Parts: sequence; structure tokens; C-alpha cells
Amino acid sequence: MTLTTKAPSAGPVRRGGGVRGVRPAAAPDRTPRPGSLYILPAALFFAVFAVGPVIGVGVLSFMEWNGLGDPRFAGTANWERFLGSGAIWDATGRTLLLTGACWVVQTPISLAIGVWSAGRQRNRAVLSAVYFLPLLLSSAAIALGWKAILDPNFGAAKALGPLIGYSDGDLLGDTQGALLCIVMVVTWQFVPFHALLYQAAARNIPASIYDAALIDGAGRATAFRYITLPQLRNTIITSSTLMIVGSLTYFETILLLTDGGPGGATHVLPFLMYTEGFRSYEMGFAATIATALVVLGTSLSLLIVRFSGFAKMRSTLEGI
Amino acid sequence: MTTHFSRRHFLGLAGGTTGALMLGATGCGGSSGPGGSGSLTVWSLQDPVQNPIQKAALKRFSDKAGAQTKLETFLNTAYTQKLRVAMGSPNTPDVLFNWGGGSIRQYVDNGLLQDLTPELEKNPEFKAKFLPSVLEAGRIDGKYYGIPLRGMQPVILFYNKKLFEKHDAQPPTTWAETLKLVDTFKKAGVTPFAVAGAESWTQLMWLEYLCDRIGGPDVFGAIAEGDKSGWADPAMVRAIDAIADLAGRGGFGTNFSSVQYQTGASPLLAKGKAAMHLMGSWEYTNQLDQEPEFTKDGLGWTTFPAFEGGAGDPKAIVGNPTNYFSVSKRSENAGKALGFLKQEMGSDTYVDALIKGGDVPAVADIEARLKDSPNPEFAGFVYDMVRDAPSFQLSWDQAIENKYAQPMLTNLQKVFLGKLDGKGYAAAMKAA
Repeated sequence: MTLTTKAPSAGPVRRGGGVRGVRPAAAPDRTPRPGSLYILPAALFFAVFAVGPVIGVGVLSFMEWNGLGDPRFAGTANWERFLGSGAIWDATGRTLLLTGACWVVQTPISLAIGVWSAGRQRNRAVLSAVYFLPLLLSSAAIALGWKAILDPNFGAAKALGPLIGYSDGDLLGDTQGALLCIVMVVTWQFVPFHALLYQAAARNIPASIYDAALIDGAGRATAFRYITLPQLRNTIITSSTLMIVGSLTYFETILLLTDGGPGGATHVLPFLMYTEGFRSYEMGFAATIATALVVLGTSLSLLIVRFSGFAKMRSTLEGI
Repeated sequence: MTTHFSRRHFLGLAGGTTGALMLGATGCGGSSGPGGSGSLTVWSLQDPVQNPIQKAALKRFSDKAGAQTKLETFLNTAYTQKLRVAMGSPNTPDVLFNWGGGSIRQYVDNGLLQDLTPELEKNPEFKAKFLPSVLEAGRIDGKYYGIPLRGMQPVILFYNKKLFEKHDAQPPTTWAETLKLVDTFKKAGVTPFAVAGAESWTQLMWLEYLCDRIGGPDVFGAIAEGDKSGWADPAMVRAIDAIADLAGRGGFGTNFSSVQYQTGASPLLAKGKAAMHLMGSWEYTNQLDQEPEFTKDGLGWTTFPAFEGGAGDPKAIVGNPTNYFSVSKRSENAGKALGFLKQEMGSDTYVDALIKGGDVPAVADIEARLKDSPNPEFAGFVYDMVRDAPSFQLSWDQAIENKYAQPMLTNLQKVFLGKLDGKGYAAAMKAA
């Protein structure tokens, strides 16, 4: 039994709220410790660029402002409009649907690619380099590229559409098809990043565990199920949090690929926030949507942290 | 984390704007914004043909007046937003490109634009240089805020001559003929009308013309003035129903909702996959650029058909009367700005350059000079069309109050998709 060995590394998951257990041990220590002064630059930066604007947006959500002249206090008018608008509820539902779909599709794929590419074989190294290429492209380039591919008359959609039930290649112009396209493009764009997280984490699993399992007669599938997956637990949580909070606020692809169309079929909350603010010039209402997104995103990530036991930061390597 | 993600877009946009502003500032020494140290800053759209013409005009002005000038150009999609943020800040450009109407109404309401009426009254010969209907379109509350800066862009019905010859058809002059043509071309496996359904401003042209033909220009005129009940006007309802009917008949094909304008609808017409395409006059230049062969011997054009029993004049047109240069009220170079506009916008050199570039300027009595256009036939058609039009209605998405533009377009997409009819559209717009 080895009780004292500290986990050498918990991979990329070592962030957020794990300091609690460390403090008491250092009581009689005389060495100069980082005081609160050390945190000042970061705190200032955070206050100016994160806390300040969020408060500003919150205040603006009670105002009426068209971007010119001075904002006028509007009471709760924006919030009443927000809660009473069918379009907002539709968009909220669609945002959650898209977030869920992106998570369900991306997680298994990136997990599989990540674990596979963690192997040291040369062909895997070459292929992983290819898989990770989309990471180098900007969202705009990716969206515009896919837009050309999905053109129903001159793009690949003309040939590929019929194979999946769109005989005239009208993928982007169909209510479900457009959502499908967005999930697909977002997946293509972000799977490499999450695969990279899984690859790093999978490489951190000590070979000794697999060796022990092999001796006990475990096959590949069993090893994956009972060793790899549990060992990747913290990474799965990290990656899921990033994915969920990311897709909740994601809108570049939608703006460029469908522009919210067809007929509002891809209107999600961040997209509406943009159009209200920068096309309709209703800055107050846009701020209302933004505030709602902040609340939604924060609650979701808090829920994930809470129910996954992530906050306890238990190492997956205890007992080794 | 969350705040970081949701703010990123705002920061990105704000950053872009700041960048543009900083460019503006450096252009004139950076002391106190674009107006500060005497350099005249002009904002315009990026355009490979227009920009050199504008630059040359600015150079002539600076040579003569000894003033420093600077032309800054922006992409079409980003321009409105950049201008908006700049106009809300102390660093406005001196002279700014715009579409007249709703695109500048809020600037006028907030006292940000110079009233050019006194200047035009003082110089009647300058005022007389422009076509009155086009100058009119730049008027807000009875005052002039814009000087026409380039060609007129009415919406025209383009067609593929070869397809019409092959199927022994004539371009439509009435709505009944239009519907008959839909059947003819559908039978032949050709999409009757190309429409870029992924960009709903192209669909709006259909509504603009049909509503004008059925009820005349006042139906939308009332809406532009802020009367929302106009959406339930019988003419509007009928126009929407006519679109839904045309779409239901397959008049636009089956996959138009995914079709883009430049990479979709235009090639469809040029390659003979679609017979007709309702588009602004800039489509001619666009086709000339992309498909010079087809433009030379296959591209035909005509006016939008009349609607049987409609109250509108079949000679009326819609589109962009022209683009305008307006002068910012915060400009410290207002005198220079006015000097520039007066010296150049109606000058023979500038107008000739526009004509050579394929534009049909909104300048009076230039019929004879249009022979220098790359296509005198097309230029003459556009010029006569505008000169003889009883009204020239500004594109609705530019004319309407900003906050209604997006719902108007989104709901129209639903009409094309068969999800809304005339009454449903009226209800949706009333709720917007």
C-alpha cells in the first residue's frame, strides 16, 4: 500500500479550487510567500476586462440604447420582452439542443482519436498530425470553406446530399439539415483540440496498470473500459466543460454558414445577441440576452463541477 | 471562462472598429481624430472599380485646394457596423458613404449629419446636375443630407437569352405571362427564377416589386414612416401570397434556400440552369467579371412585369437610387468636405470615369456620353428606366427602421419556404 505518493501530475485538469488542502501544511514556514500583492496584476486585468464589462452589460440590460446618443433607463422592459418572446424561447431550446448535440457527437470521436493517437507507432504520429490540421485554421476560413462544399448546385452537397436523404442537395436550406451542418462543421473544427487533450491524458496513464491487467487476462476492450476510461475521468470533465460552455456561446460558424437561416431555423441565443446589437441596434436588449447567457453558462459549468466531483480534485492515480 | 467566451465577440468587433479608427487617426497626424489636423477623411466601400475613381477625385481636389486627403475603404458587410460605432464616438470621418434613407435616419435624428440643403439652394447649378428623383431619395424630413456619388442601381429582371430562344419564349410583361413561363421552363428541367435564398435581401426584391405593382409605392412608404399596420395592407398580403404561390409552383426550384448570390444564383443563370434572375443593376458588372462570354451574347434584361389589376405604375422601380456622400457634423473640415463634393461629384471628369467603369451616374443630361460605357445598350436602358420612373423606392432593408429589418428578412425567408402566407406574414411583422 502506498498512501503517501503524491500524484505527479493530474494532466491538464489542474485548475480551479484545489488549493484548500495545501495551506495548513505550511504553517511554521518562514520563506517569503507570494502575498496578495502578487495577484494584483492578474486581478486588475480580470476586473477591467471581465468583471467590469459583465457588470456593464448587466446594467445595460435595463436600458434602452441604439448606440448613438445616451442610454435611457427602461426599467424591466427588456427583461419582460426577453421572457415573453417566443423567438427567444425557441432560440434557447435550439441553443441547448445544439450544445447537447455537439457534446454527444464530439466526445466519443475525440476520445477515440485521442486514445488511438496516444500510441507511439509512427503511422499514428503521422496521421495524428493530419487530424490536428483543422486546429490551425480560423473559424471564418473553416466556415467559408464548408459553405462552398455545401453549395447545392456547384458543391459536394449536390453529390453527397442524395446519399443522406437530401435529393437536391438542399442541406443548408433545410430546417434540420442546417442544424446538422452546423454540428458537423463545429465537430470538424473542434474535435482535434479535444483529441489533443485526450491524447496527452492517455499518454499519462502508467503502462504498469495495463501490464498488470494483461497478466490478469484483460483484453483490449476490457482494458479500455476499466483502465483507460476511469483514468481519463478528469479529462472528460474538462473537455466536456469546455465543449458545453463553448457551444453555448458559439456563433461565428452560424453567422457565416447560414446567417441564422433558413427562416430563423438556426437562430441561437448568441446569434440573436449579435443581430439585436449590431443589426437592429437594440443594445439594451442585446445586453439582456448576453446577461442571460452569462447566467446560463456559469450555472452549467458550476453544475458540471458540482456533480462530477471535479472540485475535489481526486487524483486518478491514487494507490500507484 | 463564460464571460471570456461571451465577451470575445464584442471585443473582436470593438477591436476591429478601434483599429479602423486608429487608421483614421494616423491618416491625419492623430492629434484629435480624423478631423483634427486638417486632412479630409473619406470613408467608402471597398470596390476595385470605384476606389481608384474616388482616389483620383480626391487627388484632383487636394491638388487644387492644397488640402491633405485620405480615402479609407471597408468591406460591405462590416461597413455599416463600423460606421455606426464611429458615428457614436468623437472620431467620425469627414465624408461618409451611405445608402440614404433608413441607413442615415438615426444619424440625422441625433444631429450627426450636416444639412446640405442651404448649400444646394445657394448653388442651383450644382443641384441641377443630379436627377431630381435620385436627389429626392437622399432627402430626410424635407432636407438633403446626401450628394449622389455613383451610379444608379435599380433592380432589373435579367434573363438568359439563349434559353429563351431555345424554348421560343418571350420575357414576361405581365404576371400571368410570368406564371406561364414558370411552367414552360419547369417542363424543360430549367429553374425558372434563380434566387439566392441563403441571402434573404435578394428575396426582398421580389416583395418590393410585387407590393409596388399591386399597391403602389405608398404601401411601403407608410411602413417606412413607422406605421406598422401597413404590413396588413391588402396589397402587402396579396404580394406575399403571390410570392408563396410562385415558390409553391417551383418558380425558384427546390434548393434555392441554400443558394448564395455570387457563387450560386449568378452562375446558375450564366450556365443556363436558371432562366431568369431578379437582381440589382450591379449584376451586369458581376456577370461581366465572372462570365464575360455569357454577358456579351447571352445576358438579357427587362423591367419587372406588370400585375393584372394592380394599382402601381409598371414603370415604377425599386432598388438603390444611388449611394451618397454625407458630411459629418462633427467634422472640423466641413468646408473642405463641401468643397470636395461640389468640385468633384458632378464634374465631367468624375462622371466620365464612372461611365467608363460601367456605372450609370445619377447626373442629368448624360444620354450622349453613355456611349463611352462598356455596354452603351445596358447603360442606356438603366438611364431611361430611372429617368422615366414615376417613383424609385429605396430597398426596404435600407429604408426601414433598423430594428425591423432583420424580422422582415427572416419572416420573408419563411414565406419562400412555404411556412407563412400573407396573413401570417402580417401577423409576424406586427409582433416584431
